[in-house]
Amino acid sequence: MSDFLNMGGYAVYVWGSYAAAAAVFAWNLAVPLLRRRALRRELHAGQGEAS
Amino acid sequence: MTWIPNWMHRLASPPAFYAFAGRLQPWLWGASAALLGYGLVGGLALAPADYQQGEGFRIIYVHVPAAWMSLFIYTVMAGAAVIALVWRIKLAECVLTSCAPVGASFTALALVSGMLWGKPMWGTFWTWSDPRLVSELILLFLYVGISGLQQAITDPRAAARACALLAVVGFVNVPIVHYSVEWWNTLHQGPTITKFDKPSIHVSMLWPLLSAALGFTTFFAGVLLQRVQNELLWRERGNPWVKEAIA
Repeated sequence: MSDFLNMGGYAVYVWGSYAAAAAVFAWNLAVPLLRRRALRRELHAGQGEAS
Repeated sequence: MTWIPNWMHRLASPPAFYAFAGRLQPWLWGASAALLGYGLVGGLALAPADYQQGEGFRIIYVHVPAAWMSLFIYTVMAGAAVIALVWRIKLAECVLTSCAPVGASFTALALVSGMLWGKPMWGTFWTWSDPRLVSELILLFLYVGISGLQQAITDPRAAARACALLAVVGFVNVPIVHYSVEWWNTLHQGPTITKFDKPSIHVSMLWPLLSAALGFTTFFAGVLLQRVQNELLWRERGNPWVKEAIA
């Protein structure tokens, strides 16, 4: 297990890349979902004036 | 526009597309999770270490799909931009502006993972003398520029038009990024997968990579649909279908 985590001495670079990927995926999931929630609130409250 | 098939016209109407995107999304999330799962296990555990780069090569399963996405998303965005400029279809404008932030995030990931790969293998995080690196950075600036332009202009139609122009002009950078490793003598290696003879990578390393790439692509499709839905809700606010959709 510690061998796996060590990645042959490249741990910082390999896990750093995967952590960056996880962050990008999380950001891409979160932003539109939060926007949807805000939109629902806003459109419900204002009953939406015409665009 | 008579040569555009009828079903396309119908699908491009905001309520129809909103419903279609909603039905498609669960499938995209499911496929993406499965493909990314196999890519992750295959790339981190099942594939053998590289004979030159050891375990360090496993960065490929993040870097290459992210780099592919950076070009793929730009191509989708530029295609939507042309449609938005020529036919003024609202849906195309929403696709165009929704692509930019997502594309920026994957381009940033390609750059960051590339730097983390470059440091141990080349001895440096970054060099200005490598065309692949510099053209990819310009790609990031294009995405950020288009995103910023959209936020700076309040009228959504005018904003989309400006973004579309910048996206189309900036498309010239896409082939430059792709062919930079062949046109110039770069530090960055040449293509491993997309060449006409056999890929110079073993199948045990290749399958997880293709799976990860497809996983990234389906994830992008899901995020894009979600963002386009949001845009349509906002732009069409006040219309009866929106009230129904958020009820």
